[in-house]
Amino acid sequence: MNLTWLPKHSEFSKQMTVIKKAQPKEAWTLLTAMAQTNLNFLETIQVDKLFKEKFAAGLPSGVSVPEVRLALLSSSTVDQLLPGIRVGGLRRNLWIKTYVTDYGQSLQEIMDPTSHLQAFKPTVVLVAFDALSFFGTQPLGRTVETASAKLERALDQIQTLWRLSREKFCCRIIQQTPLPLYQPLMGHNEHRLPDSPSHLLRIFNERLRSLADEQKVDLLDINNWAARDGIKDWHDPVLWHKAKQEVSPVAGPMYGELVGRLLAAQLGRSYKCLVLDLDHTLWGGVIGDDGLEGIKLGQGSGVGESFVAFQRFVRDLASRGVILAVCSKNDEKTALEPFEKHPEMVLKRSDIAAFSANWNDKASNLKQIAQQLNIGLDSLVFVDDNPYERNQVRGELPMVAVPELPEDPALYPDCLVSAGYFEAVALTTEDLIRVEQYQKNVEREKIQASFTDLSEYLKSLEMEMIWGPFDSLSLPRVTQLINKTNQFNLTTRRYSEDETRRFSEDPKAVTLRCRLIDRFGDNGIIGIIIALEQKEGDWLVDTWLMSCRVLGRGVEQAMMDLLVQETENKGAQKLIGQYFPTAKNNMVKDHYPDLGFEPLGTDEKGNSRWSLTLGTKKKFDYFMKLQKGN
Amino acid sequence: MTPSEILKRLTKVIGQVLGNEDVKLTLKSTAEDVEGWDSFNHINIIVGAEMEFGVKFNASELEELKNVGDFVALIEKRLAKKN
Repeated sequence: MNLTWLPKHSEFSKQMTVIKKAQPKEAWTLLTAMAQTNLNFLETIQVDKLFKEKFAAGLPSGVSVPEVRLALLSSSTVDQLLPGIRVGGLRRNLWIKTYVTDYGQSLQEIMDPTSHLQAFKPTVVLVAFDALSFFGTQPLGRTVETASAKLERALDQIQTLWRLSREKFCCRIIQQTPLPLYQPLMGHNEHRLPDSPSHLLRIFNERLRSLADEQKVDLLDINNWAARDGIKDWHDPVLWHKAKQEVSPVAGPMYGELVGRLLAAQLGRSYKCLVLDLDHTLWGGVIGDDGLEGIKLGQGSGVGESFVAFQRFVRDLASRGVILAVCSKNDEKTALEPFEKHPEMVLKRSDIAAFSANWNDKASNLKQIAQQLNIGLDSLVFVDDNPYERNQVRGELPMVAVPELPEDPALYPDCLVSAGYFEAVALTTEDLIRVEQYQKNVEREKIQASFTDLSEYLKSLEMEMIWGPFDSLSLPRVTQLINKTNQFNLTTRRYSEDETRRFSEDPKAVTLRCRLIDRFGDNGIIGIIIALEQKEGDWLVDTWLMSCRVLGRGVEQAMMDLLVQETENKGAQKLIGQYFPTAKNNMVKDHYPDLGFEPLGTDEKGNSRWSLTLGTKKKFDYFMKLQKGN
Repeated sequence: MTPSEILKRLTKVIGQVLGNEDVKLTLKSTAEDVEGWDSFNHINIIVGAEMEFGVKFNASELEELKNVGDFVALIEKRLAKKN
């Protein structure tokens, strides 16, 4: 039930005293580090108390993390889960504020314009109703309602909460799958008793999936997680009767971790890249010592099969969008040998987007990998069987996630699943071809190296940009990019799919999504602009973001021409650009001056405004064809 | 484990739940005497004690607790059954 993939803190109490005395900014860093350890529920309560004490007035200056205002709608007691939720947020660098509706008052609080919930203005609503609130405690067969009518009523009830929450707060919705609190009355073939509440709940939880997809609600599947851990770890009947706690306080840290990772996924802050050690991690033994025939991989031995199974798991993660990299202390030639010659190797060299095998320290190599792939260090998960290497990386690069890998390779996949680093709420076509795209980037770079003139190289790419406004086909990917792009992002405004759709329907908005195709293939949608008319003729560029994969290829200039063309068509005479600096978007600080905008001033936070008068602007030169389409 | 050792460890758990490391408890202390020991924290204290001592309490036993002394005696009884 503990957060087993995290290392235990060796001196918890001593460290808490240090944090208590620390200055706010330092305290934030230390508390975030504390949240990266395996805390039980008592320790979680203490970390949360200190967190609230230190930051009651707000975040310390110089710390910039997303704020989430999370309202829990519940039919039973959930206060015991709040410390775990806040600490779970801290672990993912989120500042979570919580609100719990009064007992049995969820609907009233949503509807009442003077309620505390209205004043709280949630950005996320978590619907956490227990099973009994849906199917009651009536005796079997005594109600006139048929089983299917009961089911439909329960599903209607939940959808009403979703719809009203969304209407009132324009927020994201998370639906918790209720724990199986009803006892089976027949046993294995419970489904033959149609009125059985235990059976109804099972169907209910299944139906929630399709409804949630239809209505853009994300599930918090604690029912499934409790099945994984064992329901006894999650639900304590004594505490249910005594305090109406559906989830036991002991499960609080895990519950909060699950909420934290889901919120992070919604904001595009999940980890993106799995960096793997080789010896004892992808195969048994040491390739440099044991040789191709000596390493344990497959061949019918239990250990060898475990490594094959781990590789298959990793391959499947990659095929749904997780980037793979290798970081090993080896000679490159030796390290590559199994990839090229071992018949039981599941992973191929072509599955690995960045391959680093040398004798430098691993922290330096991880930095290089992040740079090569153009992603942040905080997108990396580093998997290594060697505690020394793990600790070196944790010490040097605290933003890299480093799981405590179990000793037995049979347990490696479970460790990564428990840790939930790659939690994802949506899947786009871009995710499915990500590995291929990264490989093609490597090919492009090789070709680039063979050209001495950049424009010759760009011409040789035969680029074509397909553009258009946001439409139903592109909305999922557009929303995903809006929520996950950190580096090339001028304002880092995040929008839900509903909000994004509203822009596309607004006559006083121009939306642009751009796809880049070249001779190596389709890069997918890589650039997004939202511009809004502020007053007659003045258009504000609310959002401008791009995928870093296509930097330096003239995409910005091409998008600028499209922006000018589309806003001028709607009567624009002037464009206003904004740059809001964050810890990650320094690369675009000169974006507007580079495109010819004039400065309008900078406020005390460093936010700057820029303007460009239209009408006389000349088009840019770039080496790509522009084509309206999908 | 002697009652005084149990009291010491239980006091530590209660201090952690209440966020007050300096909390002073005797066998005669009751929840009303201690700041912050409300019904919500009471559950956390019970679960914390179960974790600290590796035991599990019955609902009926929990309902009979009148003061810290009863709590220590209950833990002592559970520990004895465990061995």
